[in-house]
Amino acid sequence: MPKVTVDGQEIEVPNGATVLQACELAGKEIPRFCYHERLSIAGNCRMCLVEVKPGPPKPQASCALPATEGQEIRTDSEMVKKAREGVLEFLLINHPLDCPICDQGGECDLQDQTLFYGRGASRYHENKRAVTEKYMGPLIKTIMTRCIHCTRCVRFSEEIAGVDEIGALYRGEDMQITTYLEQAASHELSANVIDLCPVGALTSRPFSFEARPWELKKTLSIDVSDATGANIRVDSRGREVLRILPRNNDDVNEEWISDKGRFQADGLIRRRLDRVWIRRGGKLEAALWDDAFAMIAGVNAGSSVAALAGDLLDCETMFAAKKLLGALGSNLIESRQTGMAYDVSNLAGVNFNTSLAEIENADTILIVGSHVRWEAPLLNVRLRKAVKRGAKVFIVGPQWDPTYAAEFLGEDAGVFHDLPSHVTEAFGQAERPAVIVGAGGLVAGALGPALAFAQQHNLVRDGWNGFNVVHTAAARMGALMLGFAQKGGMADIVAAQPKLVLSLGADEVDYSQFPGALKVYIGHHGDKGAHAADIILPASAFTEKAGTYVNTEGRVQFSDKAVFAPGDAREDWTILRALADTLGVSIGFDSFDQLRATMIAEVPALGQEGLAHYGALPLAPRGARATGAIAYPIKDFYLTNPIARASETLQRCSAELLHGQDFAEAAE
Amino acid sequence: MAERAIAQDTPELRARWGNFAWSAENVAKAKEIVGRYPEGRSRSAVMPLLFLAQYQVGAETNTQGWLPIPVMEFIADYLGMPVIRVLEVATFYTMYNLAPVGRYHVQVCGTTPCMLRGSDDLIEACYRRGMRKGHTSPDGLWTFTEVECMGNCASAPMVQINDDNYEDLTVERLDHILNELVAGRQPKTGTQEPGRHTVEPIGGPTTLTDMVSDNHDYRGEWG
Ligand code: SF4
Ligand code: FES
Ligand code: FES
Repeated sequence: MPKVTVDGQEIEVPNGATVLQACELAGKEIPRFCYHERLSIAGNCRMCLVEVKPGPPKPQASCALPATEGQEIRTDSEMVKKAREGVLEFLLINHPLDCPICDQGGECDLQDQTLFYGRGASRYHENKRAVTEKYMGPLIKTIMTRCIHCTRCVRFSEEIAGVDEIGALYRGEDMQITTYLEQAASHELSANVIDLCPVGALTSRPFSFEARPWELKKTLSIDVSDATGANIRVDSRGREVLRILPRNNDDVNEEWISDKGRFQADGLIRRRLDRVWIRRGGKLEAALWDDAFAMIAGVNAGSSVAALAGDLLDCETMFAAKKLLGALGSNLIESRQTGMAYDVSNLAGVNFNTSLAEIENADTILIVGSHVRWEAPLLNVRLRKAVKRGAKVFIVGPQWDPTYAAEFLGEDAGVFHDLPSHVTEAFGQAERPAVIVGAGGLVAGALGPALAFAQQHNLVRDGWNGFNVVHTAAARMGALMLGFAQKGGMADIVAAQPKLVLSLGADEVDYSQFPGALKVYIGHHGDKGAHAADIILPASAFTEKAGTYVNTEGRVQFSDKAVFAPGDAREDWTILRALADTLGVSIGFDSFDQLRATMIAEVPALGQEGLAHYGALPLAPRGARATGAIAYPIKDFYLTNPIARASETLQRCSAELLHGQDFAEAAE
Repeated sequence: MAERAIAQDTPELRARWGNFAWSAENVAKAKEIVGRYPEGRSRSAVMPLLFLAQYQVGAETNTQGWLPIPVMEFIADYLGMPVIRVLEVATFYTMYNLAPVGRYHVQVCGTTPCMLRGSDDLIEACYRRGMRKGHTSPDGLWTFTEVECMGNCASAPMVQINDDNYEDLTVERLDHILNELVAGRQPKTGTQEPGRHTVEPIGGPTTLTDMVSDNHDYRGEWG
């Protein structure tokens, strides 16, 4: 641990730290454009100059200089100040003076640094450089004249996303950032370059000219587009969510989010259910809450009620529904909409036990039936890191492009019982082996065999649990913790022939299985569930209510309410509370706080932010066999949930990036 | 510096170069080049291979050669690397031509030493023949580029035409060279100064004169 002095203050820094990191540890802010904690060091913007002794008598780029014993670093000398001012002046030479019409304004690193190191006026009278626009697809808007050549975007797509799609062509001041032949960037995480770009060269196309950052209300929330539970910030103005940005959380999403999580924002104002509807003679008619409630009471279902939980639900809504059904004497609750019926008697057996952050350290990984890039893009980033550190990855299931070296063993789940010897050998030698079962694997019955595999290869050992299930629904782990699962899955519910079916945003259920039931859809989007419903009660999307979510690794996280739901829509729990009154039962809470307190009293883990503990892995069921060709559940990455399906941006992504429709011409 | 831009990716371009492959002779050469680098580092061969491809295109088009997009894709494929990375290399180095060139690629150095020794006049002479910076003449004979220092400052001013350097130029000497080329003859390359062989000092050495006859040790005389 070398000791250095920063501006006279002596500190010890970790081995391998850079001078920039040493300065940060000493509490000194170092201006930077190209340096980024999660990317490789480029050292090309020269904004981070400091004075270092011993060394040449000139300012040095601190981001690329290792901190060594006895260094004397100055960040506050006249030389440093002048050097930074000089660098900034050069950067501004070719930067357009278009802040008033630039979307980055207000959150632009260059603007901020200019405030500290900029001259009052320009001394440059020659022509400025101009760069032609580069098409980068439906999500990223480019104004390349603003680019300061930091290459963060290039490094992100190569290192993190693993898709070499962005490059820097030409050289010197002619350097231009572009995708190959201006093809659309088509990676699931592509839009993160918008956040990385320190200037307004890469901005969000859907958000362009929508708002200034300082006008927006910022609400901390959790992404529901997949089960990784990425931490997000919801930026809203008035009643409208204008954009979604990632938050830093090293345990979950680092600082990335998927394009779907980011751009489903515009789906929140489209196809919304904002009033009560009742189906009469096959046609939906607008109605009043009282009529709808009367109709529900009218079927006299008694205890013949079922509640089906959708993929985007918060725990509170599910708990309220469970309480209501409990009060009515029913326990017909289920969340696995498509009929999966894996064993949930021990949640450790369906959890991502290694944790998202730790899986980076795995050295041998077997993926059974998961298209990780589409089902959990942020997990794929971690797997990529593991491979970079030398991990071997084997995949059972149809081919997809993992962005790292991986061996596909076959499409049939049966391969699991007949692994090639080099795979078993690799597991034999592994120190931190892991198996990851995806939804495709669950359907093919791979869960039991995976548990057996875990026992056979000691996937659980000192300080390491290598048994993992990756879910696709944000609500799944929370639902399972609340007991939203029947032994036989959806089939049990169908067999019980409930008279009343409460669909809580459950859009993937096949409702033709419930021909005789009154189907009440409580949700926010006019999607598949609403089409099948007899009564529609408008509820809130995830941005319109506070809630608790549990991600696929069993991490309990809380999300706040950003905006009010549109029109007549209510927060889901209030609808269920009112329904309880109509049906003449008491469910024991009158406010959200009471609801949450009751829920935590019953399931204490839900009150504690962080990983829930599910205990030891269950024993593998004897003789369980996985069979059949594995099919991945996600057919279209961009359109997996009702919000995403309503989003014009994501519809276009799907059409252009997955189905090859050509929009390039239409873009200005 | 001349404006550089990658030649447009058109159906015609694809039709002409889409099935580019190494010539019989270059198959072996390419293999040998890749073999110079350690296992797993074959990407390092991208520069010599681009050059080889440019030569092959040159042989086919009777010019210095250039790099059409499909050819760069071929190289990327050959080395198993992303094509954008190949493009980055090809666009960075000016010795790779990104657009078709004429029969003779005339590269006049305009950097300070050459400029002081009269490169402006050479450029003017080229213009008189209809050459224009960054363009190929309509008859396909000339492509004209102004370049930065080529490392021949001691015999400035200089011009590089295809693979040969012509140094110690005057307008007359350059005109002679260009005339010869038009006539299909190969002019003398290198310095054009009568009596000069390479870049030795004109009129004999003026410094380190004691070194001419033997290995004189100057160190004791520094002070
Ligand atoms: S586009 Fe933005 S992120 Fe990419 S090099 Fe330019 S300034 Fe950096
Ligand atoms: S931050 Fe150090 S050179 Fe850019
Ligand atoms: S300046 Fe012309 S060759 Fe060096």
